[in-house]
Amino acid sequence: MLGEGILKGLGETAKNFAGSFVSAERLTTVQYPEERIAPIEATRDFPFLVYDGNDWEAGMRCVACQICEKECPPKCIYIVKSTDKKPDALGKPQIYPARFDIDISVCMSCQICVEVCPFEAIKMDTEFELSTTDRFGGLLYDKKELSKSNEHYHKIHPTEAAEVDARLAEEKAKADAKAKAAAVAAAAKAAAGPAVPAKPASPAAVPTPAVKAAEGDRKE
Amino acid sequence: MIEKADQVFILLAHWLASFLPGPLQHPAMVLLGVVGIIVTFPALFAITVLLERKGLGRMQNRYGPNRVGPYGIFQPVADGIKSLTKEDIVPLSADAVVHFLAPVFLVVVVFMGYAVLPIGRNMTLVNMDAGLLFFFAIGASSELSVFMAGWSSRNKYSLLGAMRAVAQMISYEVPLLMSSLAVVMMTGSLSLNRIVDAQNQYSYGLPHWYIFTPWGFAGFVLFAIAATAETNRSPFDLPEGESELVAGYFTEYSGFKFALFFLGEYVGMMGISGLGATLFLGGYSAPLQILGFVPSWFWFFSKIMLSMCVFIWVRGTLPRLRQDQLMNFAWKFVLPLTLLNLGVAGVWRFMGEGLMRWVVCSAILLVAYVFMARIGMKREHFGPRSYRYAE
Repeated sequence: MLGEGILKGLGETAKNFAGSFVSAERLTTVQYPEERIAPIEATRDFPFLVYDGNDWEAGMRCVACQICEKECPPKCIYIVKSTDKKPDALGKPQIYPARFDIDISVCMSCQICVEVCPFEAIKMDTEFELSTTDRFGGLLYDKKELSKSNEHYHKIHPTEAAEVDARLAEEKAKADAKAKAAAVAAAAKAAAGPAVPAKPASPAAVPTPAVKAAEGDRKE
Repeated sequence: MIEKADQVFILLAHWLASFLPGPLQHPAMVLLGVVGIIVTFPALFAITVLLERKGLGRMQNRYGPNRVGPYGIFQPVADGIKSLTKEDIVPLSADAVVHFLAPVFLVVVVFMGYAVLPIGRNMTLVNMDAGLLFFFAIGASSELSVFMAGWSSRNKYSLLGAMRAVAQMISYEVPLLMSSLAVVMMTGSLSLNRIVDAQNQYSYGLPHWYIFTPWGFAGFVLFAIAATAETNRSPFDLPEGESELVAGYFTEYSGFKFALFFLGEYVGMMGISGLGATLFLGGYSAPLQILGFVPSWFWFFSKIMLSMCVFIWVRGTLPRLRQDQLMNFAWKFVLPLTLLNLGVAGVWRFMGEGLMRWVVCSAILLVAYVFMARIGMKREHFGPRSYRYAE
């Protein structure tokens, strides 16, 4: 019968109209500034630098290896290496970034910097309310603005952060064991023969292959 | 007291005019009436736009505007300020004079229709004997403004929209007139006041509205369909079909001229709703005799707003028609039924009182409806598409 479908359709819209006042489930709109839904765990937008402990300068994991700077497709990362060294989280002297700038307005959130970083130093943040009145200076983040604690990382990506922590702990244990073995060997050598110069670079050079190995494990 | 409430606007106008010297009093009264119409209906327009945006939102399970003021009730104010402060762009190659005149002309024409509408008891601005004729004559000239807009913009989309609008409005003008002609046949008058008086009677406390007769009901439904198409309202909004023509005939309009088109469209809708209410729903008369104490203008405005709500409801429900469907529907379905309805109105008139005429008239209309639906609107079935050269 002609017109039956129209009446059915009118009934449907009337049901929607009345139902939207009665049941809240119908209205799926999240009224953003007042209401928020928690971001899903895989959310990412812009990178930040992770530091351990409480002091962002002392605990920074970044060793200014510049891999991320070279890999970054839009070239939004700018790093200046330091001339001196400072002890990192493991207590070994390391080069650190004298400058580490990311231009958020250029970053395309591809996460390649995170994937190439051998030191788990750069991770993706979930903070998205970054609007500013200064479009050049305001969106160019320096080292201080980029630094966020490991606790923050745990808060935004708990699963991933736990994995990273486990891996770092394992590496630290390996490095410690190796250092201990080296120390024992050196002590034995010192006891056995006189004045053979110990290899100077051993504490600094040791962790790198270990990290590389860990990196290889992760890639599999 | 009841009488005073009913005539409150008339008394107010008399009181205001009494401050003027004698010869100026009559022109002042007319002017006050005009000002009343020009103030009231844009205010209703603002309410309608808000209702539409909120209502459509609810029909689509969202909130609709709710930011400006409590529950978003000041949204029309914000819209008005926005459209007033926006840049008014006229295309370089457009005919600037006609481009400017089109929205002005539309608004003028649309407001002129209200001159003959009986808004309440003794509240007709111009009590014309041929009021209905005047309304249709004025209503038909809104097509001119649409075409002016489309032609002067010098834009293909605008022109296509305008051509569609003219084709559609002329096609639906015919059933619109034909369906209201039945009312004229029964009343024997083109005066809208007389038409309302004929319906403003009660038996057993129920009104003698024409919609409560078989021919009146059919006429009302056909009138509603034709009026929807006449005002370019969804599902007949092809002239401004945004998915095909950007915005149709007002593609090149911005700022306040666009707002005028918008205003003209809605005020025109209210005007034709008012005419429909006058012809079939008893105009300003109360729906029940015991409700007669409520002022007459209240009923008129509530009937208008109710039909606006139906317009919104239909817009929220139905998708847009295709151009050929639109034309087929007008010429093959609506027009024959309105012609038949004229005959049925004649049968009703001459069969005399009694149950028999109810049965006969309803039967004729029902059979015709089913027949027309089966035959007249039969769809051509095309087979699966075949390709001769491609593949």
